[in-house]
Amino acid sequence: MSEPVLEIRDLRKSFGALKATDGVSLDLRPGQIHALIGPNGAGKSTLIHQIAGSLKADSGTIRFLGEDIGNLDMAARARLGLARSFQISSLAQEFSALRNVMLAVQARQGSSFRFFRQVTRDKDLTEPAMAMLERVDLAARAHVPAAELSHGERRQLEIAIALALAPNAFLLDEPMAGMGPEGSKRLTTFLDGLRHEAPMLLVEHDMDAVFALADRISVLVYGRIIASGTVDEIRSDPEVRRAYLGEAA
Amino acid sequence: MSRETTVNLLLALLLLGTPLLAAGLGEPFYVTLATRVTVLALAAVGLNLALGLGGLLSFGHAAFFGLGGYVAGILATHAFNAEPLFADIPATTSMPLIWVTAAAVAGLVALPIGAVSLRTSGVYFIMITLAFAQMIYYFAISWPAYGGEDGLSLSMRNAFPGVNTAKPLPYFLICYAALMAALLLFRAIEGSRFGSALQAARQNGTRLAAVGIAPFHIRLVAFAVSAMITGLAGALYADLNRFVGPSMLSWHMSGELIVLIILGGKGRLFGPVAGAMVFVFFEYVLGGITERWQFFLGLILLGIVLFARGGLLGLLSGKPRHV
Repeated sequence: MSEPVLEIRDLRKSFGALKATDGVSLDLRPGQIHALIGPNGAGKSTLIHQIAGSLKADSGTIRFLGEDIGNLDMAARARLGLARSFQISSLAQEFSALRNVMLAVQARQGSSFRFFRQVTRDKDLTEPAMAMLERVDLAARAHVPAAELSHGERRQLEIAIALALAPNAFLLDEPMAGMGPEGSKRLTTFLDGLRHEAPMLLVEHDMDAVFALADRISVLVYGRIIASGTVDEIRSDPEVRRAYLGEAA
Repeated sequence: MSRETTVNLLLALLLLGTPLLAAGLGEPFYVTLATRVTVLALAAVGLNLALGLGGLLSFGHAAFFGLGGYVAGILATHAFNAEPLFADIPATTSMPLIWVTAAAVAGLVALPIGAVSLRTSGVYFIMITLAFAQMIYYFAISWPAYGGEDGLSLSMRNAFPGVNTAKPLPYFLICYAALMAALLLFRAIEGSRFGSALQAARQNGTRLAAVGIAPFHIRLVAFAVSAMITGLAGALYADLNRFVGPSMLSWHMSGELIVLIILGGKGRLFGPVAGAMVFVFFEYVLGGITERWQFFLGLILLGIVLFARGGLLGLLSGKPRHV
């Protein structure tokens, strides 16, 4: 099997007596969608924060493309090609959708210390940004400030920003949250095609989406991975059923 | 032409026309008053870059204003006494050289101050910038070589090639040109890649970091450029008054610059210009009626903060748009 893109070994993080991440190890391999599921408070977002760099782990290693990134800040990890979307949309609210994506294009081009050329007339920024908005079906709303977009549109915009980074891996924290069944279905189809651009670590509560998309599933409960395997293995795992899926699955 | 552009043009013409008219009528006092507006506006344009675009509420910009002033004062004093500055470096009374030095000194001092202050945010940032400025203030007071508490008088205005700077109107025009240049620079930066990153850092620093741009570096450069513009204004202010003293470095001055921006419209291109006009107008008109004019200025500021967050520019030309 090919080398993992993202390799996490024995990661630990405590808040006081609470072990939010308790010896987590997982691999994300090329071409894969690796879903991370678990009940509320299991530590999924805490784990994403540690991988993205907004929280520092107490111990353990995170290797990305073979490099130990544990001591890099969020911006440095993003520059290596780790693109995240946020559980709660995190956008530059006053900027239009287009300018939000242009910011990612500009970051990707590594050129933020230019003081004179006007970005709105800079085709190197506007054209790639518009192309990303078209991919997520948001081109018609390109000039609307992020604050005035609907919830679903903001989720789409988060994806467009991640795409614009042309990343080596996606970290998507509940991209379907609050999308409604129709939106979730469309996003599921869209993410399905994305695995060939870059592998994806996907935190999601929508089990239909998870079962449709995931190549591997890891189940996180109280900060520990209690099971990891293919969709069928996870569906039939008695411990997982008891801890999380319930009788419905 | 957008409404804001029209308002900006009118403000620019008003600021240019008033002293021209006053000079024509033989009222040099009003020319000097307009020069005061212009120089304060320039200082506030500098702060507006950090505060308006970057959301960095520096309560220490008087440090850069005062440093610019002292650069002008110290260079002029040495040149007047024909003493070299250090070792063999001669002093100068040439305004362009003084401006470059003032901006460079302000920028170089801003880098370490910013590097420390920008590790904090919110109230702590305000307090640390204030603390640095007060350190420089007390240093100036306790350093007798350049006047200490009494400050430093310039025996004559510094020189600009081909211009008689001693006359009010030519000096106003020099300051006006500097203000317009700074406004053009501000507008260019606002719309540039750097400006986009700076404004994104204000709106959502986490988002900026998540796309791979470290907000700290963006803010630090903005802080230094901001200080350079304010430092240049300080040099012009020293020449305007032919005096530089510790009051230019005091926290009152930092507060005044913030007030100008809030009055005029935070982050708006002509906000500092409108703010400085209103401020100096009240200082002069109300100051002529009562010594307590600042009480009334406070009331107006209260009104603006409560009812017109966008300041005068917000009232005159509506909300800003970022397309």
